Amino acid sequence: MSRIKACFAALKAENKKALIPFVTAGDPNPAVTVPLMHVMVEAGADLLELGVPFSDPMAEGPTIQKACERALEHGTSLRDVLAMVSEFRHTNSTTPVILMGYMNPVEIMGYQAFATAAAEAGVDGLLTVDMPPEEAGALVEVLKAVEIDPIFLLAPTTTDERVAKICAEASGFVYYVSLKGVTGAANLDVAAVDAKLAQIRRHTELPIGVGFGIRDAETAQRVAAVADAVVVGSAVVNRVAENAESPEKINEAVATLLCEMRVAMDAGPPKVGWFAKLFGTGK
Amino acid sequence: MSSEVADLPDASGHFGVYGGRFVAETLIEPLDELTAAYERLKNDAGFQAELDRDLADYVGRPSPLYFAERWSNMLGGAKIYLKREDLNHTGAHKVNNTIGQALLAKHLGKTRIIAETGAGQHGVASATVAARLGLECVVYMGAEDVKRQALNVYRMKLLGATVVPVESGSKTLKDALNEAMRDWVTNVDNTFYIIGTVAGPHPYPMLVRDFQAIIGREAKQQIMAAEGRLPDALIACVGGGSNAIGLFHPFIEDSDVAMYGVEAAGDGIDTPRHAAPLCAGRPGVLHGNRTYLVEDDNGQIIETHSISAGLDYPGVGPEHAWLKDIGRANYVAVNDDEALKAFHDLTKIEGIMPALESSHALAYAAKLAPTMRKDQTIIVNLSGRGDKDIHTVAGLEGITV
Ligand SMILES: Cc1ncc(COP(=O)(O)O)c(C=O)c1O
Repeated sequence: MSRIKACFAALKAENKKALIPFVTAGDPNPAVTVPLMHVMVEAGADLLELGVPFSDPMAEGPTIQKACERALEHGTSLRDVLAMVSEFRHTNSTTPVILMGYMNPVEIMGYQAFATAAAEAGVDGLLTVDMPPEEAGALVEVLKAVEIDPIFLLAPTTTDERVAKICAEASGFVYYVSLKGVTGAANLDVAAVDAKLAQIRRHTELPIGVGFGIRDAETAQRVAAVADAVVVGSAVVNRVAENAESPEKINEAVATLLCEMRVAMDAGPPKVGWFAKLFGTGK
Repeated sequence: MSSEVADLPDASGHFGVYGGRFVAETLIEPLDELTAAYERLKNDAGFQAELDRDLADYVGRPSPLYFAERWSNMLGGAKIYLKREDLNHTGAHKVNNTIGQALLAKHLGKTRIIAETGAGQHGVASATVAARLGLECVVYMGAEDVKRQALNVYRMKLLGATVVPVESGSKTLKDALNEAMRDWVTNVDNTFYIIGTVAGPHPYPMLVRDFQAIIGREAKQQIMAAEGRLPDALIACVGGGSNAIGLFHPFIEDSDVAMYGVEAAGDGIDTPRHAAPLCAGRPGVLHGNRTYLVEDDNGQIIETHSISAGLDYPGVGPEHAWLKDIGRANYVAVNDDEALKAFHDLTKIEGIMPALESSHALAYAAKLAPTMRKDQTIIVNLSGRGDKDIHTVAGLEGITV
């Protein structure tokens, strides 16, 4: 069984939802990334999304754009990212790792060369933001041959007909983009997400991850109540950015955020006052 | 050449292996909506009449085809005709496209227009049509270009547009396009994105080409009237490729007509400072389509350089990529110095001050014409006028105006 499948099956048995943090590989420097991956797992992450830096990240808000710029200052390449996954796998053979990025680095490396190297490194899934299934045929074929799941996006604008088509191509899980906008946006509407997830579930048994706009324990918990997995990008990357000048503080800052989210997600649907009790803040 | 090439793209927006739709899922539905609306309106007599009227009365079409006799004689070879897109309202070919897309926006009921711009010509052309239709207009422009093109920034503001300086990446045209895409993804419900060249996801490369093809259709009639036969060669500069494809497309099936797309070589295509993806780049995926790009071995896009801001772009329209691969068009490059010389020559010899972009096409004509016979003809697309570049040219000569 693939790591992604095993992970979601284990969570389901415990009646828990997956927490999937995202960091850009090589941000703010390449030495930070692998230790940070281990720390995120200890802090409660179930799967990891590792961003492959790209010069033109069209779907990202300012937070992840800047993360790409910091990583590219150190020349972090797709091959470097694969080497990081490989290093992570020395001591972690269970946590699924999904690469998230844009097509061009994969195009230039070559589909087959990428698939072989990624499988060898221990990558479990690939999410390319600018690769809808219509263009993905050849890539999906080589990925599936090495048992890497192509992770496809669904959006608020995706028609029912397309949902069906995309779900038929997808494996591992599907990723619902919670809002019309870029990463780091703040206009999350959980009720609307819930309605769309119901529509998606009519077309697939795969777990559904929800990302974009999840910025704190409270939003993580509200989304976890309706989805199978919560993807947290900009909120995590902000913790990295705040400590970019003193990278030794990054692990603790990220771990604190993820612990809060983990606790909130596991606590279940909101009960009045629980958040203040746990964290002493009045959200 | 078979009509198969002229009939591209295919239904999913591909020109051979190029083009397509490489965008985030959120944009697929609005792109489908745009494609369907365009397919419907393209054959709608009312829409076409409205477009033709605007092109005639507002843009000032047809633009003349001018025989540059003195310059041709001095070069001592083929007769050079200039397609005078510089005489259009707002001073460049860009308005042919913005007029068309703004009409689409109106028919789709969109109330807000966004655009990206490099030199500011497309931004001005977008702000112009938005003003006329009473639509809100936001123009994204790299922070570096905002500094370099202060005059056009002010023109856009006078026209009522909001100019947003883009601070990410290399702070130039490619980053402005990224930012416009981000705006579109966020505001898809009420916003129409007017892309300024034959790049971007399907259907943009097709519809921008169709709106610009008026250039080649007119030129074909005009050269037949003047010479009684088709031209031997067409020459146009290639940034994203819209003025070039506009001239080329109606001639694609005329296999005796040679086509030359001229890219910006900057300091030279053997240096790192150029903007010539077709001559010195390789295929990849950027801004929604597969095409030739200026990129490094890891697939990161490299900052380009050209004296002309309108050619300073690391990609190129996918149809050009295909025309290159199948050998129907030739792509060559002209450096900053050669373009500058052509700028001065045409100004002094013909009394026409060309845009620095168009000067690249002229510089190649100056190389090609002397190799041809005197009874042969060349049409050069004079895509824009040079007023906007006076600061740049003066600056190079140490003069402040
Ligand atoms: C006068 C002029 N010519 C050419 C171009 C290049 O664009 P394209 O290659 O799409 O024609 C520009 C772009 O700003 C321009 O202003």
